[in-house]
Amino acid sequence: MRLTPKAATLLVLALLVALTPFFFPSGYYYRVGALLFVNGIAVTGIVILTGYAGQISLGHAGFSGIGAYACALAPTHLGLHPALAIVLGAALSAVLAYLVGRPILRLKGYYLGVATLGFGILVSMVLNNERDLTNGPDGIDVPDLGLRALLETWGLDLTNGQFWYFFCGLSLILGAWLALNLYDSPTGRALRALHGSEVAARTVGVDVARLKLQAFVISAVYASVAGSLLALQNKFITPDVAGFMHSIEMVTMAVLGGVGSVLGAILGAGILTLLPQVLTVFAEYEQMVLGLVMVLVMIFLREGLLPSIFKAIRGKGE
Amino acid sequence: MQKTLTTTALGLLAVLGLSGAATADIVLGASVSATGPAAFLGDPEAKTLEMMVEALNAKGGINGEQVKLVLYDDGGDPNKARTFATRLVEDDEAVAIIGGSTTGTSMSILDVTEDAEVPFISLAGAIDIIDPVKPYTFKTPHTDRMACQKIFEDMQKRGFTKIGMISGTDGFGASMQAQCKAVAGDHGIEIVADETYDPKDADMTAQLTKIKNAEGVQAVLNPGFGQGPSIVTRNFRQLAIDLPLYQSHGVASDGFIELAGADAAEGVRLPGTALLVADLLPEGDPQKPVVTAYKTEFEAKTGTSVGTFGGYAHDAFLILTDAITRAGSAEPAAIRDAIEQTKGLAGTTGIYTFSPEDHLGLDLSAFRMLEIKGGTWTLVE
Repeated sequence: MRLTPKAATLLVLALLVALTPFFFPSGYYYRVGALLFVNGIAVTGIVILTGYAGQISLGHAGFSGIGAYACALAPTHLGLHPALAIVLGAALSAVLAYLVGRPILRLKGYYLGVATLGFGILVSMVLNNERDLTNGPDGIDVPDLGLRALLETWGLDLTNGQFWYFFCGLSLILGAWLALNLYDSPTGRALRALHGSEVAARTVGVDVARLKLQAFVISAVYASVAGSLLALQNKFITPDVAGFMHSIEMVTMAVLGGVGSVLGAILGAGILTLLPQVLTVFAEYEQMVLGLVMVLVMIFLREGLLPSIFKAIRGKGE
Repeated sequence: MQKTLTTTALGLLAVLGLSGAATADIVLGASVSATGPAAFLGDPEAKTLEMMVEALNAKGGINGEQVKLVLYDDGGDPNKARTFATRLVEDDEAVAIIGGSTTGTSMSILDVTEDAEVPFISLAGAIDIIDPVKPYTFKTPHTDRMACQKIFEDMQKRGFTKIGMISGTDGFGASMQAQCKAVAGDHGIEIVADETYDPKDADMTAQLTKIKNAEGVQAVLNPGFGQGPSIVTRNFRQLAIDLPLYQSHGVASDGFIELAGADAAEGVRLPGTALLVADLLPEGDPQKPVVTAYKTEFEAKTGTSVGTFGGYAHDAFLILTDAITRAGSAEPAAIRDAIEQTKGLAGTTGIYTFSPEDHLGLDLSAFRMLEIKGGTWTLVE
């Protein structure tokens, strides 16, 4: 039996989440794994926007910021359960993405990049300066999700690190599944058509403006959920989450691994999450190594790591 | 291509194989912001810790055991700080953790250390870190509120009742601005002008002109750190504002005088630690020996002058080694109990006396009111 690419991707992810813990020498690796999965979720959103629809955003950390601060603020100010705060943050991000996306998705290339960049910086400024609400650059406490305690009453006793590892891992599999379904759907095909050529897509009757907006909104929701999960597991959040560097990081992860493929982008997220942990000894050169890796990938593996690897394997087989 | 795959696989294996290299030695952990926007805090802290561990081991360690310091650079990112704290606790099996150069990183670390019941000594200013008191969390720097109180005490002595404030909008400036406004009333001081600037601004004359024109203003206070206060000081002289200028402990280093210029900084007062005026301390001052020793060692080792921030790390390390020595054990719980019983321990920042209700251990006497005269620091009595 031959696996479809969708089933293969999900199988690889599921095996990864389920099996790697057997090799963990200490609890610290659960934390790194959980971070990897959170980044994976955000990057999957970038795949939909950049990989499928061919649009670029340099401000997606703004949506992560909204998701994160929704979890910090909604429970205390609105009395919402933190789990519902994730939904609220996602809804808020979707609405904002819709409002912001309508005008700026008319822009192309550099202009779109700059406009999204501006959006991200605006969110970060609001989080930094609305001190009465967000506590400013010092950061703010985030309430406990409470799910771990609930699992404990059902007899499933996980450490904090284990809980977040599996919770984020399952969220990532769910997110990847949705993204892969979208890829095969009529909407996904239309998105890819628009990526190939906007003019051609329009002539065959694709509503280009609406589709771009859809992709933007969906990817904003992914970024927002990733931000929420980060805030909830850290139980503390600062405006850094919405910072410019975080936006760039998301795009870099996706492009490094291969922005056209969900698994590739997650591989990119994995590499860029693990690298700083391996390079602690030369923390000062971390940025340099990252830059070098990026430049080499852009020159020699233009489609990103994973697609290029697949291509090479296939090329050899023939 | 095969090669790429092999390299990736090897890389992954290396990550998975990086298990804790803990030995029979005492492992102390640290996560500071040696690079990034808070590097001016973390860099001297990292250098101080490395220097002190080396010196301690050369002297035979603690209770005959060598000390191993595992030091990470979190770059000022709270998310990274949390990961490193987890790594220190779970993987490196550190018995105590020093760190958190900023409030954000400290708050991230303390959640991990409280959970794991490992003592943590923070190097950040905010009062939230130890108020309410958390069993395993301590800190060495005085709070912003104490700096405000020290400044207002001095203003009271000079008979000022109406002052203007110009604060940076960064974390430090904004937090201190809020604290000062909260305690001004206790000292009979009214804030008649309250201006702010962005830490990246290159000119503050507009805000200062407004303060100058405020009715009855008798002195000006500038909570902030980095280059902002130097520019404020320069603009202050350029506008020929004939009022006493107070700066915060955030700029208590020789770098500030250099940046503002000795002429402009003349007469500026600020609350600083004994470290800055090591030579001026009277003989018999309990802090004199420790301050002089640290200053000499640090300056000989790094070739840069000592600052308040490196001193915070010095004190954290001192408190830890003192506690481990007294406890006679390197068990986290025993260290915690011993830290809480610390009495009259002279550090560079002040004299520490901890208790179950007080995990800061300093009082206002830790601050010395300093005045810049002729391009150097002098003590105000």
